[in-house]
Amino acid sequence: MASLWFCIVAVMIATYVVLDGFDLGAGAIYLMAAKTNDERRRVLRAIGPVWDGNEVWLLAAGGTLYFAFPQLYASSFSGFYLPLTIVLWLLMLRAIGIEFRAHVENPVWQDFFDVVFSVSSILLAVFFGAALGNVIRGVPLDATGYFFEPLWTNFKLGPRTGILDWYTVLTGVVALVTLTAHGSYYVALKTDEDLGRRARGFALLCWPVQFFLTFSTLVATYFIRPEVMTNYGKHPIGLLVPIVVVASLGVMLWANPKGKEKLAFVASSLYITAMLVGAAFALYPDVLPARDRQHSLTIYNTAAGSHGLSVGLVWWTLGAALAVAYFVFVYRMFRGKVVLGEGHY
Amino acid sequence: MDSALFVHRLHFAFTATFHYLFPQLTMGLALLIVVLKTIGLRRNDPMYHEAARFWGRIFGINFVLGVVTGIPMEFQFGTNWSHFSRFAGGVIGQTLAMEGMFAFFLESAFLGLFLYGEKRLSPKAHWLSAVAVFVGSWLSGYFIIATDAFMQHPIGYFTAADGSLQLKSFWDFVLNPWAGWQYAHNMSGAAITGAFIMTAVGAFYLLSGNWTAHARIFVKAGVIAGCVFSVLQIFPTGDRQGKMVTESQPVTLAAMEGLFQGRSGAPLVIVGQPNEQEGKIDNPLAVPGMLSMLTYRRWNANVRGLDAFPKQDWPGNIPLLYYSYHIMVGLGTFFVAVMVVALFLLWRGKLFEARWMLWILMLAAPFPYIANTAGWMTAELGRQPWLVYGLMRTEAGYSTVVSAGNGMFTLLGFMGIYTVLGILFLFLIRREIEQGPVSEAASNLHRATEAR
Ligand code: HDD
Ligand code: HEM
Ligand code: HEM
Repeated sequence: MASLWFCIVAVMIATYVVLDGFDLGAGAIYLMAAKTNDERRRVLRAIGPVWDGNEVWLLAAGGTLYFAFPQLYASSFSGFYLPLTIVLWLLMLRAIGIEFRAHVENPVWQDFFDVVFSVSSILLAVFFGAALGNVIRGVPLDATGYFFEPLWTNFKLGPRTGILDWYTVLTGVVALVTLTAHGSYYVALKTDEDLGRRARGFALLCWPVQFFLTFSTLVATYFIRPEVMTNYGKHPIGLLVPIVVVASLGVMLWANPKGKEKLAFVASSLYITAMLVGAAFALYPDVLPARDRQHSLTIYNTAAGSHGLSVGLVWWTLGAALAVAYFVFVYRMFRGKVVLGEGHY
Repeated sequence: MDSALFVHRLHFAFTATFHYLFPQLTMGLALLIVVLKTIGLRRNDPMYHEAARFWGRIFGINFVLGVVTGIPMEFQFGTNWSHFSRFAGGVIGQTLAMEGMFAFFLESAFLGLFLYGEKRLSPKAHWLSAVAVFVGSWLSGYFIIATDAFMQHPIGYFTAADGSLQLKSFWDFVLNPWAGWQYAHNMSGAAITGAFIMTAVGAFYLLSGNWTAHARIFVKAGVIAGCVFSVLQIFPTGDRQGKMVTESQPVTLAAMEGLFQGRSGAPLVIVGQPNEQEGKIDNPLAVPGMLSMLTYRRWNANVRGLDAFPKQDWPGNIPLLYYSYHIMVGLGTFFVAVMVVALFLLWRGKLFEARWMLWILMLAAPFPYIANTAGWMTAELGRQPWLVYGLMRTEAGYSTVVSAGNGMFTLLGFMGIYTVLGILFLFLIRREIEQGPVSEAASNLHRATEAR
């Protein structure tokens, strides 16, 4: 039962990254790709009706994590207190950047919110990557099941690491590049003319960096935590993950110059999913590895009671089915290229 | 008081209080917008659609603030109250996760359609999207109230071997009888906020002579809803809340009422300052026997005072609790008085000309916020010293790994950001109100015709 909830939470997080990832990425290229007021409005129109829904996947994943693995939620959220609070601030600033820009027709007002939106999107992408890096690297949990990390110490791996060290900075950059490419494909898909062309150009630029970083992080990960290979050794089905990663990188390279944005976007979504599933697969059954292995949090020592978990399965399935239905409906309503001139943004 | 504990309590209290300023209007307006749209659809009256669109714009700005300040709430249980989360997460995680799965998805998906989709949808479908937003926000209210109700009155759980609480009966937990009345009372409070704000904006337009046709709709809808919900707020919902507190948290009741010594035929203090040192109320104005009547329905019933309980079980801040409670009840009485008079004038067809009444209705706008905040302070301070009533004390629940200094850093950060958000919010709302209920181009024309 705990394993099932592990999969559910992993899938929810992956859904969040794929969905909110494209609006974060759109934010990352926003200042450079969209130059005129008209173009900026079109980017915002492309994400406007959906970004809040996308972000709810983060809230719902957080809530589900709380429900299924309360001990994990308690330890990790208090241990990552500082970065998490900063993420919250960034989420808040980003939301008002998107929503408040259109209310006042004044270039100073609009420039201000443009920068707020773009900078917070970039930083969020880095922070999310760094968070994943921290989980993979392991944190200084003690026997009580708690830990606390400062933001940084000396950027080296060692007994006293902070949230940021060279490895987690690396994963942060990978996340930024990946989501920038992802967002570029989305903008290219939803807009045309100069804006669409520029977005495609950004994606093209990202590709070699993404390719190079993917392999360097995999090597670095093996280097700092060789145990990541254990599950792959035990269950060769896991080898599907690297295959999907490589294949989707290939499809992105091929589809983008051909103007097949939809295919490129799907490939990018697959790439993200595969990378995250790969990480979850490598961790299982750990959920938060400790530097001192015996204190690691696993699905077994953090899960909620079994009655609660089985009851949850019933309503979760219903809730997830409804959520997917709303998403399909909303994305269909707002499908196609963006046209300005109705509603706000 | 342990200073880290103090910082964490202040952190939560500050962010929760600020957050709740927005959902109360969201939930109240969601209901009223559905009413306006329903009337517009049935009478095929464009005025009502325009009114709904105007309030939709206000709603949209308010909603953003609710979302933005709500996200930190969801995470604070882990960041600031980790021992509590570990202890109670097996139970309250249920409702918090359900809120995300059922309410937030619904709301966020249909809000986009409601705000930006009017041209793409048929009028019926657009009405449905308004209903979906209403249902989403009211569901959200239920799940969070059920969470709070568990902390006030734990039920449906068992204590596992490691000392944590785990779910025993889903239905007992979700249908906590405490949650039912708390929800009714709280939602009615939200509807009061929505109604008073709608009335106040209408009164402002009438007094300044702008958009008077729309303003009449706002005042009419606001006064009718305001009267209904102000009455419901006191009876039966407020009364039942009081009964539940009497039964399950008698020490809280004694502190709320400032009843230091228990007695039969206990008086109800209307005015007076609690004096903890001497254990009495200074310069009281009291109705003899009333408290006994209200709590036990008998004039001479015996009500237990604070002296009946060990001091370590008393709520920590009795004066603040007492004032919060009295402010809420005082304002509740005021609301009923104002709205009954306004409704009477409306019925006699005199309200729109009664400028003195319009002034009162306009200036009353902030009071529902104060009453709702005071109500929450009553509930949360009254629960002290318990975090989960009778099961976990507040001092056992906070995140010991997060030092007072780190907590203070983030608290100051939130205060700074919330100040900016508050200013932005007021600025944008003022603009909307100034631009009026008619779309930009049409409005000049409208003003011109009305001036004639
Ligand atoms: C418009 C706002 C408003 C008004 C006018 C009132 N209340 Fe209230 N009250 C609330 C808004 C509120 C609230 C914000 O909704 C609370 C906080 C927690 C909750 O569930 O509801 C609350 C809590 C609350 C509690 C605390 C329950 C607890 O300790 O958990 C009691 C006993 C009452 N109310 C009783 C009353 C009475 C007798 C009123 C009569 C005039 C009244 N309220 C008016
Ligand atoms: C229904 C959802 C809510 C839940 C689950 C909840 C839970 C909590 C928790 C965990 C604390 C910290 C522990 C404590 O000090 O007892 C707290 C304190 C507090 N909350 Fe709430 N709260 C909720 C809603 C609200 C709202 C809407 C407000 C304000 C309008 C509010 C006002 C306060 C205050 C003033 C405190 C500080 C009490 C004190 O520390 O003495 N709460 N609440
Ligand atoms: C302390 C506990 C609370 C937590 C953890 C919490 C959490 C949240 C979150 C995460 C959101 C944003 C949802 C989105 O992205 O769409 C939100 C909004 C909302 N909350 Fe809260 N909240 C709390 C207190 C309350 C209370 C006491 C109520 C009312 C009964 C309430 C009612 C709402 C409503 C109706 C919304 C949606 C409308 C809006 O955003 O204005 N919340 N809350």
